[in-house]
Amino acid sequence: MIQTDWIWGLVGGLMIGTSAAIFLLGNGRIMGASGIIGGLVDRSGLGDWADRVAFLAALVVVPALMLPLYTVEVSTNITSNLGLVIAGGLLVGIGTRLANGCTSGHGVCGISRFSLRGIVATVFYLLAGGIAMVLFRHVLGVI
Amino acid sequence: MQRLVISALSGGLFGAGLLVSGMTNTTKVQGWLDVFGAWDPTLAFVLGGAILPMMVAWHLTTKRATSLVGQPFPSKPDPRLGHNLIIGSVLFGAGWGLVGLCPGPAIASLSWGGTGGITFILAMIGGMLLAPTLRLRIDRLAAT
Repeated sequence: MIQTDWIWGLVGGLMIGTSAAIFLLGNGRIMGASGIIGGLVDRSGLGDWADRVAFLAALVVVPALMLPLYTVEVSTNITSNLGLVIAGGLLVGIGTRLANGCTSGHGVCGISRFSLRGIVATVFYLLAGGIAMVLFRHVLGVI
Repeated sequence: MQRLVISALSGGLFGAGLLVSGMTNTTKVQGWLDVFGAWDPTLAFVLGGAILPMMVAWHLTTKRATSLVGQPFPSKPDPRLGHNLIIGSVLFGAGWGLVGLCPGPAIASLSWGGTGGITFILAMIGGMLLAPTLRLRIDRLAAT
């Protein structure tokens, strides 16, 4: 970790929390990324499709507009192994919909209201992520 | 119209926060999950920083009858856990560890994520389409 990374983490985190607060106090909804996307994908959330599309469009456009502010190259550093990418994407898609939430819904919005479901989900996805790292990085050496 | 503006404001600030915090960088996310490697604590600051404004926001929902647009606030959190919460979270965590992306950052990085990023999003959408059928099967298994 670079020395100042934690400051940017905290600043970015406050921005993420504020965005969830705007969504909650403004629209009365929980800001969960997987729920907002998933409701469009499986057509269960078409009743407020325009809200979802506006949210997702801004989610793509705003960071894209910020890229020129960076002097270093911004990269996701995603693995070039497309098999892994597909497996990971499938697991994230299935898992977040089964669990009804991801890092934003269960993590940010759930923990902050002391929701047992949010806390339990966060413990399990953190544990599973840690075990995946041990298994696929340290044992199998594929990531 | 008001709802759309609020949604866009929220989505835009969410995307900006994900970029600023480093959460669109898979190296940092995997660095946090890799407790036995070069551990990167950044994600703890991100999650902690995000929870603070939301604690205030949840408190404010108890002071008002409805949200700004007149929508009621979400009902009390469901105390029941259920098998799908656990199974889903484990599958999600495994995929998150494998690639280092969760749904928000995957979408936020669409413009610079390249083929890998787009492939991840398409696979995630595929998984979301499979989920309702899988949920039925799991529920049927659990009922027997």
